[in-house]
Amino acid sequence: MLLIKNGRVIDPATQTDALRDVLLDGDKIAEVAQSGKIAQDQSTEVFDATGLIVAPGFIDLHAHLREPGQESSETIETGTRAAARGGFTAVCCMPNTKPVNDNASVTRFILDRAKATASVRVWPIGAASVGSKGEAIAEIAAMKQAGIVAVSDDGKPIATAKLTRQVMDYCRSLDLLVIEHSEDVSLAAGAVMREGVTSTRLGLPGMPAAAESVCVARDVQLAELTGARLHVAHLSAKASLEQVRWAKQRGLRVTCEVTPHHFTLIDEDVQYDSRYKMNPPLAAREDRKALIEGLVDGTVDAIATDHAPHEPALKDVEFDRAPFGILGFETAIVLSLEQLVHTGRLTLMRMVELFTTGPARVLGIERKIAAGQPADLTIFSTTREWTYDVKQSPSKSRNSPFDTRTFKGGPIATIVAGHIIYKM
Amino acid sequence: MTYRFRDLLALEPLSADELTFLLDQSRPFQAIQRNPLKKLATLRGKTVALAFFENSTRTRISFGTAASRLGADTMNLQAKSSSVKKGESLLDTVHTLNAMKPDCLVMRHAASGAADFVARHLDIPVINAGDGTHEHPSQGLLDALTIRDRKGSLANLNITILGDIAHSRVARSNIHLLSKFGCRFTLCGPAMWVPRELESIGPPGASIRRVFRIEEALEDADVVLVLRVQTERLHEPALSAADYILLYQLSAERLRRAKPDAIILHPGPMNRGVEITPEVADGPQSCVLEQVTNGIAVRMSLLFLLTSGPAEEANPQSAEAQPKESANASD
Repeated sequence: MLLIKNGRVIDPATQTDALRDVLLDGDKIAEVAQSGKIAQDQSTEVFDATGLIVAPGFIDLHAHLREPGQESSETIETGTRAAARGGFTAVCCMPNTKPVNDNASVTRFILDRAKATASVRVWPIGAASVGSKGEAIAEIAAMKQAGIVAVSDDGKPIATAKLTRQVMDYCRSLDLLVIEHSEDVSLAAGAVMREGVTSTRLGLPGMPAAAESVCVARDVQLAELTGARLHVAHLSAKASLEQVRWAKQRGLRVTCEVTPHHFTLIDEDVQYDSRYKMNPPLAAREDRKALIEGLVDGTVDAIATDHAPHEPALKDVEFDRAPFGILGFETAIVLSLEQLVHTGRLTLMRMVELFTTGPARVLGIERKIAAGQPADLTIFSTTREWTYDVKQSPSKSRNSPFDTRTFKGGPIATIVAGHIIYKM
Repeated sequence: MTYRFRDLLALEPLSADELTFLLDQSRPFQAIQRNPLKKLATLRGKTVALAFFENSTRTRISFGTAASRLGADTMNLQAKSSSVKKGESLLDTVHTLNAMKPDCLVMRHAASGAADFVARHLDIPVINAGDGTHEHPSQGLLDALTIRDRKGSLANLNITILGDIAHSRVARSNIHLLSKFGCRFTLCGPAMWVPRELESIGPPGASIRRVFRIEEALEDADVVLVLRVQTERLHEPALSAADYILLYQLSAERLRRAKPDAIILHPGPMNRGVEITPEVADGPQSCVLEQVTNGIAVRMSLLFLLTSGPAEEANPQSAEAQPKESANASD
């Protein structure tokens, strides 16, 4: 038995924001009650959460764990340890591994490795097409049976409108989520950052915002045609957000996520430092503003990290040769607090929702603090000062633009299935 | 006034005073180019590494000649013959070069920001000899020197740039330098080569406008900078060579729209008959050969300034004092 005492429980599912004690029994929540009301015996382990926020376990809808195939950049073990330090209790891992997770045996391999080595729950996402090549549909039903929670060709979009339509039709019949990396690859060809004054000044090839929004427009219309559940990954452009807003107003089953780096940084921050290179690239000032509005007004369903580790040898190269992607797990909560909560734009309740019930709804599952629910909890501070030192990260990679930044608040403990897997 | 940076990576961060200082520093070296004996001993014992990761003839020879006229030794790395082809990373290559203890690295690279990236990892001065489509600072300086010699001053000139400005590091360095002296820019070329964002890349208050008709763009120009049309870009489906010539070739007839004393610059190598007619290229208004000579003077002054170390203030007098000494040098 583990008793979390005196914490401020914030649970969007039940709209709770109050001092509560939470008793965990094995891998389930046993009881939630007003502070001091739960009887404890000597065998009960106590975690004093005085002054801390106790929230349902945070879910990351979008991460790259690099195993199998790119273990020099990350493994399921190192990635999930970093996730635990960042306060995540479950991460959805994208299928662009080597080999691609496009069949049930790769899915099972990932789940077996997770069982043996992972700190947090690992929910694999399967490829939509064989090899994510955009030619033939992958064996989605077999992967679903093996345990995938969604399909995506992330890293790139599902290649053609026709294949997207077929994947959506098929996934609708399987009641499976389709996650789209929205990008018109012809408009984005050769680009290494967002097109704008900064890319023009730096002489770096840029992709226009339309490279994303053109594809989102295609996909929401195909979601309407097929009735599929579509989730737009790492949405970065104002025009894309407007497409999602339109889709939601029409009652389509369309959701979207935004990354912390897109609501924190902009294209003007790029200075030939490859730690600022990711795809979609950092957007314009007005896009960032629109994303924050979308986080406030509910158009955005989840904050997801797009944790994309690349070992230093790959990333320490000329800007245009460096691979896209940055680390995300350990800076997601702190950036959300810094950019959204401490600035007064979001309530803590809404921020917690974007990491818990928000992504849970996208996946079609429940997430709440109540008796009988899985004992997954994220405990964090909103006040404690903390400086991010990427050299201390359990991740195998170091590609974060937020290294050495000081934050107010951050993860204190992460509990998965009743076990404290991380405690600062 | 001194130069406050260890490297020369771009002209954008430099103030008008710093740019004037760099141009003034080049003056004594211009005089040396007219001497029968051009070799100094100023940098004797120093080594300049020339790392050209992208094909270049004139800039490489110009820097090499500048180093040699200062008495420095050079180490040459050319992409074709180097380990770059064998898959070595840029960082490993320059660390290897640096281990041979040069006093300065001059580099050209196809990636924008490559010199900036290398400078962050090395402890010797880095001179950017052209990085992708970003900047070509020594070219910007030699263009300004040429303009200043011909016009007497850089203040408030009308500068027209013709061609593929989006992909031109020469255009960017010129805009960053000349804008700080109140020059007004007219950028002219096909729309996909002259994106709207170019109007905003200059310092605050810079006057940069886009014009799509060459006749209008040349109106009242004091200086016309003609860019090389990269023939590989003409093969992009957007534009044919014939259309380019029809719309944007600088001919004597079109040049009459400019001021009568307007001068023509071209960073070379020229495609005669494409972006410029032979008549204009060889005409009295053309400064292309002066640019080449001034290039050596500018590069000598940069090498002198950056390799004599930050403690010693670069001093034109001492540079001028050197020729006599070195004229007797027998190496």
